[in-house]
Amino acid sequence: MALNDIQKKILAEVADLHKVPMGAYNFRINGATESRNTTANIDIRSKADGSGIDIHIMPGTKNESVHIPVVLSKSGLKETVYNDFYVGEGADVTIVAGCGIDNCGNQDSQHDGIHRFFVERGAKVRYVEKHYGSGDGSGKRILNPVTEVYMDEDSHMEMEMAQIKGVDSTVRSTIAEMKKGSSLIVRERLMTHGVQNAVSTYKVSLLEEGATADVVSRSVARDSSTQKFDACIAGFAPCKGHTECDSIIMDNGTILAVPSLEARHVDAALVHEAAIGKIAGEQLIKLMTLGLTEHEAEEEIINGFLA
Amino acid sequence: MLELKNISFSVKSEDGKTKDIIRNLNLTVKDRTFTVITGPNGSGKTTLAKLIAGIEKPTGGKILLDGQDITDMDITDRAKAGIGFAFQAPVRFKGITVYDLLRIASGKKITPSAACEYLSEVGLCARDYISREANASLSGGEIKRIEIATVLARQSRLSVFDEPEAGIDLWSFQNLIRVFRSMREKINDSSMIIISHQERILEIADEIAVLADGTIEKYGKKEDIFPTLIGTEAAQETCTRLR
Ligand SMILES: Nc1ncnc2c1ncn2[C@@H]1O[C@H](COP(=O)(O)OP(=O)(O)O)[C@@H](O)[C@H]1O
Ligand SMILES: [Mg+2]
Repeated sequence: MALNDIQKKILAEVADLHKVPMGAYNFRINGATESRNTTANIDIRSKADGSGIDIHIMPGTKNESVHIPVVLSKSGLKETVYNDFYVGEGADVTIVAGCGIDNCGNQDSQHDGIHRFFVERGAKVRYVEKHYGSGDGSGKRILNPVTEVYMDEDSHMEMEMAQIKGVDSTVRSTIAEMKKGSSLIVRERLMTHGVQNAVSTYKVSLLEEGATADVVSRSVARDSSTQKFDACIAGFAPCKGHTECDSIIMDNGTILAVPSLEARHVDAALVHEAAIGKIAGEQLIKLMTLGLTEHEAEEEIINGFLA
Repeated sequence: MLELKNISFSVKSEDGKTKDIIRNLNLTVKDRTFTVITGPNGSGKTTLAKLIAGIEKPTGGKILLDGQDITDMDITDRAKAGIGFAFQAPVRFKGITVYDLLRIASGKKITPSAACEYLSEVGLCARDYISREANASLSGGEIKRIEIATVLARQSRLSVFDEPEAGIDLWSFQNLIRVFRSMREKINDSSMIIISHQERILEIADEIAVLADGTIEKYGKKEDIFPTLIGTEAAQETCTRLR
């Protein structure tokens, strides 16, 4: 696989990849599969209509990983990609998906990834997704991920989603439908700056007894950027749901937090929390007494908050 | 050596009147000394500490550190010049770990084991705390001891501790006395100011300053001042069970 420096940097940012990873992978670069590897337990196939890939993880697959990074380094590229993950019964895997856009040109570059996860009974998935933008062209870097999660009985999924730098516009939409005893943990980290705009919407449906969900978002809005966090957890059975949105607002940023709960069963225990505030002056002062400048103190506070 | 020369600090209250919190205060803290500042609540001790750390600016007078005028120096530069400050009410951070604070305090990349030393010194089992967030999940006593550890990690020339014993339970208090005794022994060329009402801390002092109504009412060697304070509000007994 021949990559240029920009493509290598993006891969390091979005997937912590400094070399070709172990296990299964599919690298998509500028709209086409650049390189792919499958294993005895994990198969990756292009969809017949070319719209994306299907990833099949055999039942009982343990300690394997799948990397599916996407890199856009050509200005003006727009794509919509459908990736479906079938995670077999009792499997325990890590899936790393990230998308980075480098846009030095004056046309918008856009990647809309639609990921669907079918997590079978008792399977465990750790899903890591990082979004990153770079390049100084006037063309925008746009990412609109759609994530659908269908969780069978007693399955477990942890999702870590981070977008820290360089993405001009994002509309993220995540839905989850959860059966008996399944559990979902979501940790979202978001930082916007300049005039960026980010919207993140969740609809988690706890359909059956014992399903649990914990959706936590931490975000920082700098400069004149705007953010909206809209999370709804619905409980249809005896279940537990918690959503939390915790944000730092800076400069002329705008943050809208709209957590909501929908209880459709008397034993659905649902909680939401939302807090938005600027960095506390006392926190800055404490770090300044430890020798940091005000700017360094701010960076430490934000880095810690988003860690 | 720290010299406070004719320091005043006043604020405008809501009704437009000025309120004098510190009034024409003079105090010299020599190197290699352990000075305890005591005085009733509201006498201006915390304000004085904040003036030393640069968190508040005096409305009159001068502050000198080793002869250099630092009156207009900001908090960061004073910290770099060697002034450390442990807050009476430490602030908490979401996401910043105890290790992060000790790393920032030491001003360099320190190994986790070096960071652990500072925690052990304040009686915290390092393994349990090093990677914990310095957030609201810590108890008042825990955050207070971590605050002290961050100041130890700075190895400042002059460290100011504002009521280090406040909010610390009895067992930890004995530990804390041990910490301050050992700091007194290892003081070398540095100096320390402890703001406290506790007899057990006053006993460690070389010098005692009594603050009343925003100015120094009494100042001198422990041997001379301590006996005059016993039984007053300035010198509270901890608890007879601790003796
Ligand atoms: N910024 C301020 N504005 C108004 N009043 C203040 C301010 N800082 C301190 N004070 C007042 O000054 C007095 C001394 O406060 P402080 O220094 O905290 O005393 P101590 O630490 O000795 O208890 C108190 O009456 C307090 O309410
Ligand atoms: Mg005080």
